[in-house]
Amino acid sequence: MSARLPTQGRLINRDRPVTFKFNGKLLEGCQGDTLASALLANGQTLMGRSFKYHRPRGVVASGSEEPNALFNLGTGDTLEPNQRATTTEIFHGLNATSQNHFPSLEYDIGVVNNILARFLPAGFYYKMFIHPRPFWKYIYEPFIRHSAGLGKAPDYEARDPDRYEHFYAFTDVLVIGGGVAGLQAAMSAAKSGAKVLLLEQTPHWGGRTPVDGGTIDGKDAEAWITETVKALQNMPNVTIRTHTMGAGVYDHGYVLGYERLTDHTPDTPGPRHRLWRIRAAQVITATGAIERPLSFAGNDIPGVMLASAVRDFAINYGISPGDRTVVVTNNDDAYRTAIALAKAGLKVPAIVDARPEGGGALMADAKDFGIKVHLGSAVVKAKGAKELHSVLIGPQDGDGSETTEVFCDAVAMSGGWSPVVHLWSHCGGKLIWDEAQAAFRPDHDKAPTSHDGAPFVIPTGTADGEMYLDAVLQNAAKAGQTAAVRTGAKAGSDAPPTADAPDEAPMAPIWLMPSNAPQKLRAKAWLDYQNDVKVSDVQLAAQEGFESVEHTKRYTTLGMATDQGKLSNINGLATLANALGEDIPQVGTTTFRPPYTPISMGAIAGEARGEIFQPIRKTPMHDWHDANGAHWEPVGHWRRPYTFRKPGESIKEAVNREVLATRNSLGLLDASTLGKIIVKGPDAGKFLDMLYTNMMSTLKPGRCRYGLMCSENGFLSDDGVVARIDEDTFLCHTTTGGADRIHAHMEEWLQTEWWDWKVWTVNATEQYAQVAVVGPNARKLLEKLGGMDVSKDALPFMGWVDGELAGFPVRVYRISFSGELSYEIAVPANLGRAFWDKLLDAGAEWDITPYGTEALHIMRAEKGFIMIGDETDGTVIPQDLGLNWAISKKKDDYIGKRAQERSHMTDPTRWKLVGLETLDGSVLKDGAYAFDEGQNANGQRNTQGRVTSTYFSPTLQKGIAMGLVLNGPDRMGDVIKFSNTGDGAKEARIVDPVFFDPDGEKQNV
Amino acid sequence: MSDVQMALGGASFDGLVTIEEVSGHGMITLRGDLSDKTVVKAVKDVFGVALPATRGAEFERANGALWMSPDEALLLCPYAQAQTNADALSAKLGKTHALVVNVSAARAVFHLKGYAVREVIAKLAPVDMSPEVFAAGQVRRTRMSQVAAAFWMDDASNAHVVCFRSVADYMFNILKNAAEPHASVNYF
Repeated sequence: MSARLPTQGRLINRDRPVTFKFNGKLLEGCQGDTLASALLANGQTLMGRSFKYHRPRGVVASGSEEPNALFNLGTGDTLEPNQRATTTEIFHGLNATSQNHFPSLEYDIGVVNNILARFLPAGFYYKMFIHPRPFWKYIYEPFIRHSAGLGKAPDYEARDPDRYEHFYAFTDVLVIGGGVAGLQAAMSAAKSGAKVLLLEQTPHWGGRTPVDGGTIDGKDAEAWITETVKALQNMPNVTIRTHTMGAGVYDHGYVLGYERLTDHTPDTPGPRHRLWRIRAAQVITATGAIERPLSFAGNDIPGVMLASAVRDFAINYGISPGDRTVVVTNNDDAYRTAIALAKAGLKVPAIVDARPEGGGALMADAKDFGIKVHLGSAVVKAKGAKELHSVLIGPQDGDGSETTEVFCDAVAMSGGWSPVVHLWSHCGGKLIWDEAQAAFRPDHDKAPTSHDGAPFVIPTGTADGEMYLDAVLQNAAKAGQTAAVRTGAKAGSDAPPTADAPDEAPMAPIWLMPSNAPQKLRAKAWLDYQNDVKVSDVQLAAQEGFESVEHTKRYTTLGMATDQGKLSNINGLATLANALGEDIPQVGTTTFRPPYTPISMGAIAGEARGEIFQPIRKTPMHDWHDANGAHWEPVGHWRRPYTFRKPGESIKEAVNREVLATRNSLGLLDASTLGKIIVKGPDAGKFLDMLYTNMMSTLKPGRCRYGLMCSENGFLSDDGVVARIDEDTFLCHTTTGGADRIHAHMEEWLQTEWWDWKVWTVNATEQYAQVAVVGPNARKLLEKLGGMDVSKDALPFMGWVDGELAGFPVRVYRISFSGELSYEIAVPANLGRAFWDKLLDAGAEWDITPYGTEALHIMRAEKGFIMIGDETDGTVIPQDLGLNWAISKKKDDYIGKRAQERSHMTDPTRWKLVGLETLDGSVLKDGAYAFDEGQNANGQRNTQGRVTSTYFSPTLQKGIAMGLVLNGPDRMGDVIKFSNTGDGAKEARIVDPVFFDPDGEKQNV
Repeated sequence: MSDVQMALGGASFDGLVTIEEVSGHGMITLRGDLSDKTVVKAVKDVFGVALPATRGAEFERANGALWMSPDEALLLCPYAQAQTNADALSAKLGKTHALVVNVSAARAVFHLKGYAVREVIAKLAPVDMSPEVFAAGQVRRTRMSQVAAAFWMDDASNAHVVCFRSVADYMFNILKNAAEPHASVNYF
């Protein structure tokens, strides 16, 4: 039974009790406790149920590598699943619930899986859920979805109340890790004059050293740490941060840092998490090392922990893991735990050392405390269900048949240490296998390289495979200096500190205890705690032919949980290697991917949520639209009114009203979103002749021409009216969605292909608000405003003129998309709203009607005008739409010309544009296909056409549509059948696409 | 003449910095070879400023010139003079291949004031805002969160941010959010 010790606890303040809730029970801890230490202090060693087999589990580690002690924290809007107890600092009111059990943590029916474990090995998912196939959709998939995951997903209605933000930081040297190596590296880099940013993921500086002991420069390690931190804080070229994890190393020195500002003090105002988006010239990974478990049967029973974790809990948090703790190890380091426990007055009934010769100085120290050491021995089996109660010890070199039972309530195990190579590996750093330490360490010859091909990451400390304190500090000083010099600083000359720590005997690689354990024991020797993968699973995978570690990983799910295999990678690899009869380096490792540990989605999103989730582009008249019943439609980031609903009107009614009012009298449209690109230069005409299918260079100043733009592959890309401003200057209108795109298109050709042509472009879209005044009374309104001559002679159809209206400086284009008498008027954007108001006011006598995009679409469809995005879809060429008249035959070339000569483009069976009217006057469905006889090679019904635009026309009081039909223009009058989604087919006649005013009389008045 | 309307009607906010929408900025886009002597002289004659070097910002009383690209500059002057200046500049440039466009209405401008201007901007723009790298006399044309933006510093605690008029609302809101009183970073 775990408990709080009467004294000690470096990181806790016993004078500050903290009350928190666990599974509904109120418990007490101390300020500085993590949830893990607080639960242990309260004797709560059972902390969760494993994913697959629902085995009782307790905490195994003391840091971010913890696989078992995962909890739901918070409730309602702040519920967060899968939070590690070892990295959660407790605070008043913390509310934790354990995961993955029903009905309770203590009594979980899921444990039936454990009983059936023999039938649920690795590969179970694949083998079980593949047959019978029809079961997948309604039985297997729902079952998997229900049982997947450990914690609870937040409720659909939950809304995260916290704030998150990003911060862009630039630095010369980024040091990730605030243990002694990181501190020394930062100091050396800073003293060499580099700008340094030092990040530490926990709340504390110094890493493992205060627990593991040793002296630095003749003084206590803790004193050196405190001094160094203080010195760094005072250096103007250094920034240091705790609670900040280096989450990932990306290309060119881009690193993400994850700062947890208020998780431990939720009542503090301000952002909860901050994502540091760092660009560093050099990155030093002082990321430490993680201890490996030993693979013996029952190594997952609550009470079995990593040796380093046991002493961390004892020394840092004043926790006794139990009255009697057995230490089992293949190296000297674990003896530190036995010594720490003995010093705290706790019993260590045995140290089980797999090595026949045992260890060095630390073993001698342990023996001085009267602790019995069993050499060449193994833990054959740990016994207990929800709590450990004993271990069976026997020879390591054996099959576990001869054992002695030792009663204990905790085991401190150590299989050795693995350098944390993750961040080194994220951006391509390679590893080498260190035989002596049985670990992968960074290969300095194959460092991640930056944009210049030069290395930009330097590993240091235990992350670089240096396990002894003195070597760590030397290594770190060198790393700091090297990094600084690489950024152009001059190396400092300070000598690094020296350190003293006991010599250690070599470790022995032990991948299974005992070495010849039978199947029964191997089936309970755990590798991956979080995904419930055992030694027998990996051996099974090898047996079934999975030789590649990447395949084995996915087949067994080893290393695929939220801990990314931090405790299981090497043990799993070694098991696979032994099963295949290969060396570990041959088998290799799987890929390390950011983030190092999970980061919140909130941090990734940063400020982008709610009102500022995405920019919404607003015209100068936006607020008027909003206040007058606008039913909004997104057009890219813009919002345009689809229609303006008067009180009580349906959308349909509003649209119909707008069309009729405009055709009968006077309508008003906000056309500000359309692109306006100014193109100027002696070669402007030549340039536009290449960009458009039409001949633009012949356009006269004062005149406008409707033009088509195609892609290099000949497909229609955009359309719009071009106005010739003067000899050298054109103004090109584009569609709303085309403005930025076509500007970029123009600049790309000018900068990369025709860089010697004298042409400048400016995207002036936002400079002007543009309003369309449309309808038989349009001219009357402009004349009423006064200031310029808008008679038919002064401003003919397809002309433009600069002038003044009601005192506003305007450019008036007489162009029409509706087929009515129509003027598009540009004013400077900051006068747009005032001008709009003025038009409404002056136009009231003609019942002026603002209309939206739907009325716009209907009117142009009545006139057979095409719409980019409706009649075009990226596969349509102008010739398909009967727009041959817009393709100049006098031009040698234009973008798309050659492509349009390809056989597929000149194929007479390409569907062509026609009008469609249903026999019964109803409206064809959007995207409807016209049926043809028979089926194609895929067993699909043959088609001979499709609808591209379809509306109810209030002008004609019937449904009208445009579509692309096989041989359409030659089949006027034919009746074909269109799909009608579930309501059977609809018959429609092929007609001319111009339904209304075919001679264009109305726009020519 | 009717009111010259700002995009947000002059909104303002007080937090880590004060944010205020400001009017009165005339802006003219000049496309041309910025190393061409005729161009340099024309700008000097009309605006009284020298064309700046790469990423530079030159100011002379109420006028200014910001480097946008090797062949684009943004010229600043009082709003009321913008069109006159644009016409005068075009005239001075004569046959020289150049394009002058008055874009005074196309933009929204925000004035940020306070010690934390660098931090507030650094939350939104992928720019090295440290004092030794970015100071008065420089401009950045970049993005802030999801929109295009340009900014320069008048001095250590005054900066101007420019964005397109259509996204003024969004810009104001992300600036406000970044300047939230309890969100200091304490980095610079």
